[in-house]
Amino acid sequence: MPRRSPTSPVVERLTGRRRLARRDRASGDGLEVVPVRHPGRWVVVAFLCVLVAMLVHTLFFSHVYTNGIRRPRFDWSTIDHFFGSSQVLQALVVTIELTVLAMAGGIVLGIIVAIMRLSPNPIVSNCAWVYIWFFRGTPVLVQLLFWFNINVIFPKVSLGIPFGPSLFSVDMQTAMTPFLAATVGLVLNEGAYMSEIVRAGIVSVDPGQIEAAQSLGMRRLAAMRLVVLPQAMRVILPPTGNETISMLKTTSIASVVSLFELTYTAENIAAANYKPIPLYITVSLWYLMITSIMMVGQYYLERHYARGSVRQLPPTPLQRLRRGLLIRPDGRGGFGRFPGVIGVEGAPVMLPEDDR
Amino acid sequence: MTPASVPPETTGGPSVGAPMVMAQGVRKSFGPLEVLQGIDLEVGRGQVMCIIGPSGSGKSTFLRCINHLEKIDGGRLVVDGEMVGYRQRGRRLHELKEREVARRRAEVGMVFQHFNLFPHLTALQNVTIGPINVKGESKEEAKSRALGLLERVGLADKAASYPRQMSGGQQQRVAIARALAMEPKLMLFDEPTSALDPELVGDVLEVMRSLAEDGMTMVVVTHEIGFAREVGDTLVFMDAGVVIESGPPRQVLAGPREERTKTFLSRLL
Repeated sequence: MPRRSPTSPVVERLTGRRRLARRDRASGDGLEVVPVRHPGRWVVVAFLCVLVAMLVHTLFFSHVYTNGIRRPRFDWSTIDHFFGSSQVLQALVVTIELTVLAMAGGIVLGIIVAIMRLSPNPIVSNCAWVYIWFFRGTPVLVQLLFWFNINVIFPKVSLGIPFGPSLFSVDMQTAMTPFLAATVGLVLNEGAYMSEIVRAGIVSVDPGQIEAAQSLGMRRLAAMRLVVLPQAMRVILPPTGNETISMLKTTSIASVVSLFELTYTAENIAAANYKPIPLYITVSLWYLMITSIMMVGQYYLERHYARGSVRQLPPTPLQRLRRGLLIRPDGRGGFGRFPGVIGVEGAPVMLPEDDR
Repeated sequence: MTPASVPPETTGGPSVGAPMVMAQGVRKSFGPLEVLQGIDLEVGRGQVMCIIGPSGSGKSTFLRCINHLEKIDGGRLVVDGEMVGYRQRGRRLHELKEREVARRRAEVGMVFQHFNLFPHLTALQNVTIGPINVKGESKEEAKSRALGLLERVGLADKAASYPRQMSGGQQQRVAIARALAMEPKLMLFDEPTSALDPELVGDVLEVMRSLAEDGMTMVVVTHEIGFAREVGDTLVFMDAGVVIESGPPRQVLAGPREERTKTFLSRLL
């Protein structure tokens, strides 16, 4: 029997033509299975290659003339200079701190408000409604400015007996720093949005779950904590990831209260060196990097909360990569089309348990 | 609404001779629809009562009332000497706080038609969640008891599986183990086999039968006539919110007195 010249499975993957390594893996009577060809993909790839080449050229090799002076279109040396500068790194830390605090506070507040909103107690539920109404209904920028200028209406905040003596007081002029104003403003705003996300998650859980928890003798809050919220997480997490990524960039509005986070710092430097574009690119790169890291975190969190909801978790990209590289001589392994199912379309081969 | 017709005697603690469940004129409405129109039933200690009837007859609602998952609108419902949802002080009925309701529910096990296992927890965790979080049992104790219970329902090897990795029959048996873990004095079954494939029904019924043999008081809403005949002490036929007839299963099944019972049984058998 004449055998085809052996092709590496890796090459087969790259060329999109997956040949059967052995004839006995084709249908029982020795017929060869020919997978669907995709010529359109090659056209698209060629087109994209041209676009990428143009982009690379514009970014790194093109020049502009200003007043007869030829200089690179993108000032990479300035970007390079500021990217790792201590000024920018300090601002990055402030941005991350603010994001983490605002989201942590927002999530905690959101869970509390969502549970309040669904409370059978009408007073509690209406309080939650008013809070959401107010903080979603006013711009976050205005809220930040409001907190920053709070000393105008409340120069002193004291804790004490209503209409009686005060036990302890704070001077708002000094206490309300830009960072505090930004944190308070963002937490209160985010709490309102998060509470609606959490509420959506809670109501998505089958009411039978609450009944089952109640029939075991759990009270409302215990059922929430142990049964409803863990299941609601699957619905809550994707929009929360969205909120977190959005928050990273929303922190830039803290520049209105002159907090030296990334954006305000970039503006400041640019005001001094008249190079706004390189500085905006610098901070954009940082925002992109942090966002990318967050997306990886979100992926694994979602995977964690998916346990029990699917029979078998799909492999992570890392596992898939590892499996993709570990192609064995018999043609098994390689990037499977389906998790856990490896083979040609129409002829899936289930790997034995130990291969998964 | 306050239940009507409060009897003069104050309900004291449980007494040995008193029935486990006593319903007198229990009424329940959903909006304009009165689904329970005065139910009078008694379940003795260690007895198994099976309730049959067409869908919409109110049998599941009655079962849920026993566990206070539904609040009754009238009549009296007493479980183990304590009125469901109320405490009587003299001539007044005080509605119970959530804490009290929860405490009483913990003493009554419930098994649902659609299992309602907690999908984010393994079979073992499903069984231990009640004892650990409601009864305050230690994790080790709860776990060893849970493993015993899973073994009892024939699923010792499934302790680490999640509900979606199990068949319906296995899930329902875990649900029974979960309810038993609370060491209930009464078990309620709401059509426990109706959502199962026919070949999986047997295992679940077998577990229920062994529970009955161990003397557990059970109220079972079911369509399994064979189970009702062999395991039940009483068979109740309900239709349109009233008890049409009740009595020893063989008697009711062999010679139903009421026309509606006859029609229902002829369609079922």
